[in-house]
Amino acid sequence: MSLQQATGKKLAVAREYETVSEIKGPLLIVEGVSDAAYDEIVEVELPNGEIRRGRVLETSTNYAVVQVFEGTTGIPVTGTKVRFLARTLEIKVSDEMLGRIFNALGEPIDGGPPIVSGVWRDVNGDPLNPAARNYPEDFIQTGISAIDGMNTLVRGQKLPIFSGSGLPHNMLAAQIARQATVRREGEEFAVVFAAIGIMYDEFLFFKRFFEETGALKRTAMFVTLADDPPMLRLVTPRAALTLAEHLAFDLGMHVLVILTDMTNYCEALREISAAREEVPGRQGYPGYMYSDLASIYERAGRAIGKKGSITQMPILTMPNDDITHPIPDLTGYITEGQIVLSRELWNRGIYPPINVLMSLSRLMKEGIGPGKTREDHANVSDQLYAAYARAQELRQLATIVGEESLSEVDRKYLRFAEAFEQKFLKQGFYENRSIEETLEIAWEVLSILPESELFKIKDEYIKKYHPKYRKKTQNQQKKS
Amino acid sequence: MPVVGRIIRIAGPLVVADNMTGAKMFEMVEVGEERLIGEIIRITGDKAYIQVYESTTGLRPGEPVYGTGSPLSVELGPGLLGQIYDGIQRPLSLIRDITGSIFVKRGIKVPAIDRKKKWHFKPNTSIKPGDKLEPGDILGVVQETSLIEHRIMVPPDVHGVLEWLAPEGEYTVEDTIAVLTVPGKGKVELKMLQKWPVRKPRPVKEKLEAVEPLITGMRVIDTMFPIAKGGTAAIPGPFGSGKTVTLHSLAKWSAAKVVIYIGCGERGNEMTEALIKFPKYKDPWTGKPLLERTILIANTSNMPVAAREASIYTGVTIAEYYRDMGYDVLLVADSTSRWAEALREISGRLEEMPAEEGFPSYLASRLAEFYSRAGRAYLLGRPPRVGSVTIVGAVSPPGGDFTEPVTANTKRFIRVFWALDASLAYSRHYPAINWITSYSAYVDLVAKWWHEHIDPRWKEYRDEAYRILMREDELKEIVKLIGTEGLSEKDKLVLEVARLIREGFLQQNAFDPIDCFATPQKQWAQLMTIIDFYRLALRLVEQGIPVAKIKERLAIKLRNFVIKSRFEIPNDKVEEIYKLREELLNELNKILEEHLKGGSKT
Repeated sequence: MSLQQATGKKLAVAREYETVSEIKGPLLIVEGVSDAAYDEIVEVELPNGEIRRGRVLETSTNYAVVQVFEGTTGIPVTGTKVRFLARTLEIKVSDEMLGRIFNALGEPIDGGPPIVSGVWRDVNGDPLNPAARNYPEDFIQTGISAIDGMNTLVRGQKLPIFSGSGLPHNMLAAQIARQATVRREGEEFAVVFAAIGIMYDEFLFFKRFFEETGALKRTAMFVTLADDPPMLRLVTPRAALTLAEHLAFDLGMHVLVILTDMTNYCEALREISAAREEVPGRQGYPGYMYSDLASIYERAGRAIGKKGSITQMPILTMPNDDITHPIPDLTGYITEGQIVLSRELWNRGIYPPINVLMSLSRLMKEGIGPGKTREDHANVSDQLYAAYARAQELRQLATIVGEESLSEVDRKYLRFAEAFEQKFLKQGFYENRSIEETLEIAWEVLSILPESELFKIKDEYIKKYHPKYRKKTQNQQKKS
Repeated sequence: MPVVGRIIRIAGPLVVADNMTGAKMFEMVEVGEERLIGEIIRITGDKAYIQVYESTTGLRPGEPVYGTGSPLSVELGPGLLGQIYDGIQRPLSLIRDITGSIFVKRGIKVPAIDRKKKWHFKPNTSIKPGDKLEPGDILGVVQETSLIEHRIMVPPDVHGVLEWLAPEGEYTVEDTIAVLTVPGKGKVELKMLQKWPVRKPRPVKEKLEAVEPLITGMRVIDTMFPIAKGGTAAIPGPFGSGKTVTLHSLAKWSAAKVVIYIGCGERGNEMTEALIKFPKYKDPWTGKPLLERTILIANTSNMPVAAREASIYTGVTIAEYYRDMGYDVLLVADSTSRWAEALREISGRLEEMPAEEGFPSYLASRLAEFYSRAGRAYLLGRPPRVGSVTIVGAVSPPGGDFTEPVTANTKRFIRVFWALDASLAYSRHYPAINWITSYSAYVDLVAKWWHEHIDPRWKEYRDEAYRILMREDELKEIVKLIGTEGLSEKDKLVLEVARLIREGFLQQNAFDPIDCFATPQKQWAQLMTIIDFYRLALRLVEQGIPVAKIKERLAIKLRNFVIKSRFEIPNDKVEEIYKLREELLNELNKILEEHLKGGSKT
């Protein structure tokens, strides 16, 4: 099963059956159904009048397999009515939804009034035509040096945070949501937030954060909690992205979508796949998980002739901090880079604990440079990477052979790494650095190294930005 | 008479229909009232199993299935270049313009090649009515883009006597441009538009050995692990190791005449990037916009999975068609792992017995079939000509594990292996091609070309650079135990020179306007400078001059050489690299002289 792209095709009228023959896991087998459409939505009415929803996973001339969103607990074989509703799974979307909180199916759960205006959209969306995309290239300043300086985010990018349990990914995501701006425009992002199977306290953290920062009025939240049925977790990100697409491509807004936690999503996918007795791929996850994740992550970007954009920031916790686990692995193959958090840095008191070496922004090159950030940005970033990677090697070496048996230059690398972590990486939860400040700090820590080690920076930038030469020119200016 | 059946079951992209007696394996069918495109992949009794190339949402049992009587085919003819197609050759730009939507809706039928556009056809003056024509004979030419002359050929399955050949003039692809009398068939009208089934390789006269390098402008490839025209290469690597950037560079700068780029289950933005950037970049070999020699096939990860399976065949068939004209064609497939996953998904739905990691047991044969469509060959038809298809396939191993089935099986069928390495990528060493685990079977073959065209010492210098890198790798293990201070001076020099090779030669910035592409002449100048520096410095070390002293005196000069030769000296000013080389060697000689003088004093 992969949730397929929808069509908007007219189906026949609703039909009702009372012929459930088998129930296993979240699945109902309904006999005698000859015309159920693939992906059609059904209502399941229990003998006590309770109504649940589901969708058709497989259909044939004499039966249909139905997956029940809210789970099959308490459903009897006899007396259960199954109504095929002649439509695919749709939610009503509108800009009224900003400032509100919804369940996975787009129904308000904040006690407020129902959404009045709006259009019905299939939650699965359609694939964006690659020939209709516009390439993302607008620099987003997040105010976080490790991101802006070395893993620049651009508008329309999908950049996940790879975290581990107990690491401050929620804080980081919240800080980004608060601080992200496109300079010169200064326009704030609309935030669409999908909580996928998270714990209630995490939900509260975000809710309170959005309230306190005044961001709630430009935020729509879609929430399924950890104890909700797995099927709802599969719908939550799709419902959120359906709203995001409406805001971005119909209403011209710039939307930041935060999906947390995609690990819960993948677990749900595995659970349902196992219930269907499908042939498993790696570690029991279904073989189609790549395509399924792509149908979520690819719903980001810019489009020709559209003012708005969707920037996606999925969060996932790597099981056992293992980046080769199928969930981060398949995600990394689809997304345009990743921000990796490090337990080691966090334990040493460094926030944000971003492991820059393992992090990457694939679209960085388009978002930086003269007119966007600064001409030396790319060189400086490359040099930081190369130097910090070299320093990490030397740190390992120093633990074996001792620091004193390293050469003088090598010892400078160790000092560089220390300064890099304490001055460049480390910053406050409320500290919002401009890109100039970020590059300033970068030059400061790079100047610890001898100039002949700066293999990645062109001479003209060294002369212009290296603190050594800048002090000279400043002194000259003072004298004159 | 094509069959009409009835859907009895739908599960994802797999549809089962009955009443299909008479349908053939791999016949193309149209499914449901919306006539979605599908292909028959199994037949039992009167039941046909169909993989559908579009979303099956909303499809219902009882809807009709129409046979077409022919296998899934591509359209061939002028108008292919510069286009972007999906996996079953639907033109995505046209779909965008016709639907006015940014999304790909299903059930849209648009011909792959523009039917209305008129092309200026020039008949082949060396043939005339009454001549016996064979498959592959050139009937005439059309200037498809300013870069490519499109040669209109007699199709591989037609031969006969030429009755009539169209005079020079403007024709659409559907106008008749020649009439042949074919034995047993009578008169056959030939048009510029031809079709060919995607799963059937186009025939050639004779396959040949690869002899000439396909120059890519990337130093680590051309000098260390070269690819030959008509060769096969795989480029495996974990995510973030720079597969796509390397493949884009290949598509941009390599000396192929025509490039087919297949985005198979990959990111939408990557195809958009190619589509937006390629028209702006100039082909370094001709100065013309790159898109004029490029065809993009985009079946991104979120597009229907069955069409992803087909996209590889669509691409390679088009590649063979341009090869048949006598061109060197480069086919880039990013990524074959996603194609294999599409195979796995369909196989799972057919409930076939899985082999390793759920992949079907025929994975290896399918890979073999695909890579076997590469090669250099004597082609059918007159004038006699040679062409080639070079295939480069990306592999995306889960967790970067090269023992997984797709990587392991691919290795059996390719001759060049560019292994990408996460730790190199982490330190921003790009292209992150690991020189220890990569290999090329073409080094000796292409040495002849280098020796004839560039310098007869190429192989010697290349091997020496390679040996230094191997030695560095061994030394690193020792350094881990005892630190650098315990090494001999000669070994310390090896470490320094290895670093120079890495920083100044292997690394290449794909986004720097000068560094991105190095001609063989520039590559040679850079390689020679480094190796000659090494040889002379070694003499100094043998004279008892410590490496630390050489480093102290030359550190700034060496950095200059790296920065200048990579980023500042363009391909047409290679002599400046030789000047830098002179400076380096002069400085070494000075140190040597001073040492000898000093030595004579004591």
